[in-house]
Amino acid sequence: MNEPMRPSRRRLLRGALAGAGVGLLSGCDALSRMPGFIDALELAEPLNQRLQRLLTGDRLAREFPASMISPVFRPNGSTDPQTPEYLALKASGFGDYRLLLRGRVEKPLEFSLEAIRAMPSRTQITRHDCVEGWSVIGKWAGVPLGALLEMARVKPGARYVVFHCFDDYGKDGSRYYESIDLLDAYHPQTLVAHSLNDAPVPVANGAPLRMRIERKLGYKQPKYLRMIEVVDSYAHLQGGKGGFWEDRDYDWYGGI
Amino acid sequence: MSSEPMPQSSAAGAWRTILRHRWPLRWMHWINLFCMLALVGSGLQIFNAHPALYWGEDSHFATPLFATQAMQRGGSGELYGVTRIGAVRIETTGVLGVSENQQGKLSAKGFPDWSTIPGSRNLALGRRWHFFFAWLWAINGACYLAWSLASRHLSRDLAMRRRDWREIPRSIADHLRFRHPAGDEAARYNPLQKLAYLGVVFVLAPVAILTGLSMSPQMDTLLGGLVDLIGGRQAARTIHFVAMSLFVLFALVHVLMVFYAGPINEMRSMITGRFRVRYPAPSETKENGHE
Repeated sequence: MNEPMRPSRRRLLRGALAGAGVGLLSGCDALSRMPGFIDALELAEPLNQRLQRLLTGDRLAREFPASMISPVFRPNGSTDPQTPEYLALKASGFGDYRLLLRGRVEKPLEFSLEAIRAMPSRTQITRHDCVEGWSVIGKWAGVPLGALLEMARVKPGARYVVFHCFDDYGKDGSRYYESIDLLDAYHPQTLVAHSLNDAPVPVANGAPLRMRIERKLGYKQPKYLRMIEVVDSYAHLQGGKGGFWEDRDYDWYGGI
Repeated sequence: MSSEPMPQSSAAGAWRTILRHRWPLRWMHWINLFCMLALVGSGLQIFNAHPALYWGEDSHFATPLFATQAMQRGGSGELYGVTRIGAVRIETTGVLGVSENQQGKLSAKGFPDWSTIPGSRNLALGRRWHFFFAWLWAINGACYLAWSLASRHLSRDLAMRRRDWREIPRSIADHLRFRHPAGDEAARYNPLQKLAYLGVVFVLAPVAILTGLSMSPQMDTLLGGLVDLIGGRQAARTIHFVAMSLFVLFALVHVLMVFYAGPINEMRSMITGRFRVRYPAPSETKENGHE
C-alpha cells in the first residue's frame, strides 16, 4: 500500500481527464451508428415489458372524472390522410366504410359503422400519453376488441393482432400499421373506439374508428382503422418489426 | 475506510497513505458516472421531443411551467430561441430553443446538440439509451446499497451521528474559509458531504426512479395513487427533470470539491483507493485543534 504513485499512472489519470470531455459525445454518436450497439441497447425492452407486466398484471388504466377532460384532444402524426381510399370514404361520410376482421380466425367478419355503434360499448375517460412527453385526457366510447375477437373465434397458435390503417404517414405509398399481443388485445379497456368526448371521432383523431390501448403510448394506438388481422407473426409485414414506428427504431412494447 | 497507517515524518507533519475507497465502491462509482452521463444526455434528447414542462395530469399547452421555443424575427426571419419560465421569457439563442447544429447552422432545438445523446434529433435512439442505462444504473445502485449495508460502509462512513449534526455550523464555516481538514478529520466524510451523499442516494435517486416509472402508462395502472400524490403525470415529468437538474448540480459541486481538496489525491483515491492524509506536527496542533 505504501509505494509511491508511479508516473505512468499519473499520466494515465491526466490523459483520462482531458480525453473524457471531448471523446464522450462524439463517442456516443459513433456508438449510436453501430447496429450491434443499438441492438444491445434494445435489451432493456424485454426487461421493461416483463417487469412491468409482472408488477401490473391485468390492472386497468386510470379513469378520470369528466371535469378533467382536456379542452382539446391534441392530434399527432397523421391528422388528415390523403390516400385515395380514405378520401373516398370521407366523401361518403363513411357510409361505405367496413371494418374487416381477418387472419387466423374461424370466422372472418366485417362491420359497418352502424353495426359497430349498435354493439355493446364501453366508455372510459383516460389519459393519452404521447411518446414525445405530453398528455391529454379524453372520453372514449367503443367496442372492446376482445368481444370482436370472440365473435370471430381466434384460432389456436395465433399470437398477435395487427391493425392496418388508411393513412400513409411515411409518404412512401405504405400504410400505417401497428401490432399488439393477445394479452393487450383482450384487455377490457382495449377498444375499437367510435366516439371521442360524446361525438363521432373527428378526422384529426382517427375517424371513423381508432384503437384505444390504454396501457400503451400514443404510437401504439393506431387511427384510421381499416382491418384487424390476427396473425402468428408480424415478421412478414413491412419492416418486420411490428409497426410503423417500430420499423423506425421505436420499441414494440411501448408501455413506457 | 480502513486505514493502513504508513507514517512518513516531515517538517510539515506526518503523511500517511490510507486505503480510502475499497474496490467495489470504486467500480460502482465509475459505472454510476457513465450511467448518469448517458441518462442525462439521452434524457435531454427525450425532453427535446416536446421541450415543455407542465404541472398536473395533462399538458396545458398554452401555460407551460418551463419551455424552450424557437421564434422568428419579424423582418429578417432570423431564428432566435426563447426560454419561458412561468410568465417570464428570456432570449437564450445559442443554448436553449435555437442553437447551432453539428453543421454549424442555427436550428430549432430545446437543448443543443452537444448536450444530447445522440447529438442530432433522434427520439427513438434516445429512448433506447435511456432505458438501457436506467437499468444498468438501477442495478448498480442496488449493488451499491447491498454492499454499503453488508460492508458497513453506510453505518460507519455515511450515517449521520450526533456529533455530525453538532458540527454542521463549523463545517459550513470551514468550507467558506476554504480550510482543509487534516489528520483523522480528512480521512472521514464531513457532515455536509455526508448529507449530500445521503440526499443523492436516498432522496434524489428514488425520486428519479419513481417519477420515471410514473411516466409509463402501463406502470400507472399500479402507481396511479402515487401519481395523484405527486400531482399527476405531467407533474411527475417535471419532477423527473428537476431531479436530473439536481443530480447535475450535485455532480458540479462534487467535481469542484475534488479540485478544491486536491484533484490528484482525490482522483487517485477513487481509482486506486489510496489517499494521502497529512497529520499535523505537534507544533501545529494548537491552531488546527478541533473544539
